[in-house]
Amino acid sequence: MKIRSAEDTRAVRAALAVGLPTAAYGISFGALATLGAGLDLWQTMVLSLVMFTGGSQFALVGVLASGGLSAWPAAVASAVLLGSRNAVYAIRMSPVIGRGFARRAVAAHLTIDESTAVSTAQGSIRSQRIGFWVTGLVVYVGWNLTTFVGAVIGDLLGDVSAYGLDAAAAAAFLGLLWPRLATLQAQAVAVTAGFVAALLTPALMPGLPVLVAALVAVVFGATNWLGATRRPSPSSSEGTP
Amino acid sequence: MTTWHVVLLASILCFGLKTLGYLVPARLLERPTPARMVDLLTVALLAALISLQTFANGQELTLDARVPAVVVAAVMFALRVPFIVVVVSAALVAAGIRALT
Repeated sequence: MKIRSAEDTRAVRAALAVGLPTAAYGISFGALATLGAGLDLWQTMVLSLVMFTGGSQFALVGVLASGGLSAWPAAVASAVLLGSRNAVYAIRMSPVIGRGFARRAVAAHLTIDESTAVSTAQGSIRSQRIGFWVTGLVVYVGWNLTTFVGAVIGDLLGDVSAYGLDAAAAAAFLGLLWPRLATLQAQAVAVTAGFVAALLTPALMPGLPVLVAALVAVVFGATNWLGATRRPSPSSSEGTP
Repeated sequence: MTTWHVVLLASILCFGLKTLGYLVPARLLERPTPARMVDLLTVALLAALISLQTFANGQELTLDARVPAVVVAAVMFALRVPFIVVVVSAALVAAGIRALT
């Protein structure tokens, strides 16, 4: 796709700002998988190439690192639970991606937090597509390169959070959320979902808090609580980008 | 179960979950209530991700260098500073605090 409008450029910028710091985290993953869980280089690479959903990958090797191979049911279950939010993302992205078996199959593989977040934060369907594909590909290529580097030399770099990449990712997500907070309903959903996710984190398995927070949107959406009444006033369409 | 079995089983299941969502018919999402849900879903998911990315440390909640970094980012977004500048600034704030403490 050729980049034409200012909107396209914005989508690409958001894709890079979210994708590059995320991709850098592959170093941590590669190091944890090989040094922590004792996976070999190829097993580590298969996880990044085929599973390709960071949270699940960290969960799998995290459980294997602490529990050993006999903990495999818990390791697989936590990876699957964490990955289940990708199914929700896929439902959200499905109309954006469009038709064609091959395109949808590749899109399915690239459906992760970051590609969905960047895409849904864009205005036109065209820039939503650009956001999805650029983010997905940047993270995929970058994540696999850094996984390889991490698996080979990870112990030399130490904890990459020392470089502030975790805060960069949080700020990038915040930048995507910011323009969507124009309505009272959206603000209420954001605050509630943020609280729900944080409060449930100590209680539930990793991955589940995000899914429960997603239910906040379902409840607000179904009841239209705090939503705009459908009066044809000029200000009612404001804030929906 | 060998390590290879675990790696392949979990990878295939996770890929299957992604594929599943694309099999839901698109016209189900076009009516007003599902459309509103889908829009709010974006807001809820982003807010949840920000919250976890800021406060979660594994399954614990912590207040660390990420919190001031995200506050700085929020102020900068409110002042309409460009996206990439904000993201880099947030990283620098967190890295700076960690280097000093």
